[in-house]
Amino acid sequence: MSGFAKPLKIALGLIVIAGLIVIPMNFNRYGLFILSQWAVMTIAAMGLNLTLGYAGQVSLAQGAFVGIGAYASAIMTTHGWPLPAAIVVAIVLAFAVGWVLGYPALRVQHHYLAFVTLAFSTLAFLVFRNESWLTGGIYGISNIPRPHVFGIATNKPLPFYYVCLGSLAIVSVAVWWLIRSPWGRAFMALRENPLRAQSLGIDTRRYTLMAFAIGSALGGVAGALYAPLTQYIDPVPFNLSLSLDLLMMVIVGGAGFYFGPFLGAMIAVLLPEWLRFTEGYYLMLYAIAVMGLLIWSPTGILGILDRYMAARRTKAASALRAVAKSRLETAQ
Amino acid sequence: MSNLFDLLVAGLATGAIYALVAVGFTLLWQTSQTINFAQGEFVMLPAFLMLAAMHVGAPFWLAIILGILLSMLLLGLAFKMLLVDPMMRHGVLPLAIATMALAIGIKEAVKQFFSAEASPFPSIVPTGDISILGHAVSLQSIGVLVLAILAVFGLTALLNRTSLGHQMQAAAQNPTVARIIGVPVERMILLTFLINAFLVALASLLITPIYLAKFSSGEVLGQAAFIAAIVGGFNQVRGAIAGGLLIGVLDNLAAAYVSTQYRAAVPMIFLIVVILFRPQGLLGRAEERTV
Repeated sequence: MSGFAKPLKIALGLIVIAGLIVIPMNFNRYGLFILSQWAVMTIAAMGLNLTLGYAGQVSLAQGAFVGIGAYASAIMTTHGWPLPAAIVVAIVLAFAVGWVLGYPALRVQHHYLAFVTLAFSTLAFLVFRNESWLTGGIYGISNIPRPHVFGIATNKPLPFYYVCLGSLAIVSVAVWWLIRSPWGRAFMALRENPLRAQSLGIDTRRYTLMAFAIGSALGGVAGALYAPLTQYIDPVPFNLSLSLDLLMMVIVGGAGFYFGPFLGAMIAVLLPEWLRFTEGYYLMLYAIAVMGLLIWSPTGILGILDRYMAARRTKAASALRAVAKSRLETAQ
Repeated sequence: MSNLFDLLVAGLATGAIYALVAVGFTLLWQTSQTINFAQGEFVMLPAFLMLAAMHVGAPFWLAIILGILLSMLLLGLAFKMLLVDPMMRHGVLPLAIATMALAIGIKEAVKQFFSAEASPFPSIVPTGDISILGHAVSLQSIGVLVLAILAVFGLTALLNRTSLGHQMQAAAQNPTVARIIGVPVERMILLTFLINAFLVALASLLITPIYLAKFSSGEVLGQAAFIAAIVGGFNQVRGAIAGGLLIGVLDNLAAAYVSTQYRAAVPMIFLIVVILFRPQGLLGRAEERTV
């Protein structure tokens, strides 16, 4: 996005944010639910983007962390705890489990790591399903309450949409800050060349574990919001396909791009809804669209933009060079 | 003990089918670094192609041939040309994601164009029981086991004893050198895709009579084959075979002796342990790559 002038970028950002606040005001219940889901999934995908896109560690377990957060939040709020406390517990829990899951990444990389996390994801699903004393088993947990924010009840769809949007805003700012901090740079060093990173004195061991733990914690946040959003959870939404969906969001949006997860979640959550008019064909068309997009641009949607910008910059630079050259020649 | 014997036979029969699918999976990885997340759906689809052929009036034997040919065309040729070729040079991950989307696409297409319900599928081996050493053993299990073992032996013979097989191994191990000494690498890669399509069609033919034809049946199968391939050794055909048999037996024993609830956890835990302590797989080699 560096091709735009800064004021233009800020103006664009403000318009999008204003749009997200104002336009949904006259949406119906279902539209607001889908938009809230988009905000929640974006948070989870941002976490995965941190682990995968910035630190280069493949994880097929983000869905499991959404599940951990959702169950933590559902169990606590149905027992009378306030949602913020549940979110804190979800973060701590997902962070701790994510940290432990990071250990295999110290031993194995790439596809092997993907398989370990895949196995973990399935194990987590089995725990959600079978430990019914805690999770309600296949019957799930119902009547999950929604919070009061500044004394306003969020039982109606619109206020809760603002809760999701506000959370997304907080997470976005935190991630923005994180990837510009020395930590973010260390993550990227880990992705680009772990050996060189280590020789420069970066504790790759610690940062690998951190990349997993922080990414997972954001999955936990998303889960903690998902539970009050649907007000009923059972194990099915947190099976392996959620992890695969989240991975798809990150790659389709553009892994390693800050805005990738926003667009990826938009494609994964909203595109199937827009295609609903085709009835039974909508998921088929969605699959074809994803494949087509990846064939066109394997680096995702933002990869297209990135290449366009790069091409424009090269063009501008060579034009400048040509001018400079002709000036040089006339001076001689 | 008779219970254990039955479990072993049933486990080996499903394991042999997992092995077929896992072998195809490793072949694709070997020659083109394709991690095919749609492999389970690849097994699900041919049964429906055969059912469709029978629906328009073809006899069972003709339907089988048509089904295998069609799946080689769609899951071999078209899969390679339309999806793998354009994406191969961009790395492992985007292609893996594209195959995930393909899995959704195949599943939805079957659900939409065929049926969302499970359909029965005729068995190519006779059903019933025979008595071996005083045990009643299902003929279907034995038939499946024999056919799968024959297919695997045929493939190993092709890879190790023929010139074509040697060329395929060369193309997988070192494409650059293989090209220099005159191996048509592109054609060899295409051949592995066709072999994979044949193997999944065969697996489909063998497993569908047991589990019925259903659009969602690929998920479990794909995962089992996946685990079998990794446990056995991602870079070895014989590793994938051993892995398949092992996972089949383990799965059946776990269902009987652990708990039905945590049955699926046993192969997963096994997988994690193998990857952490022997990442190259039980039979795999650490560095070099072989078919």
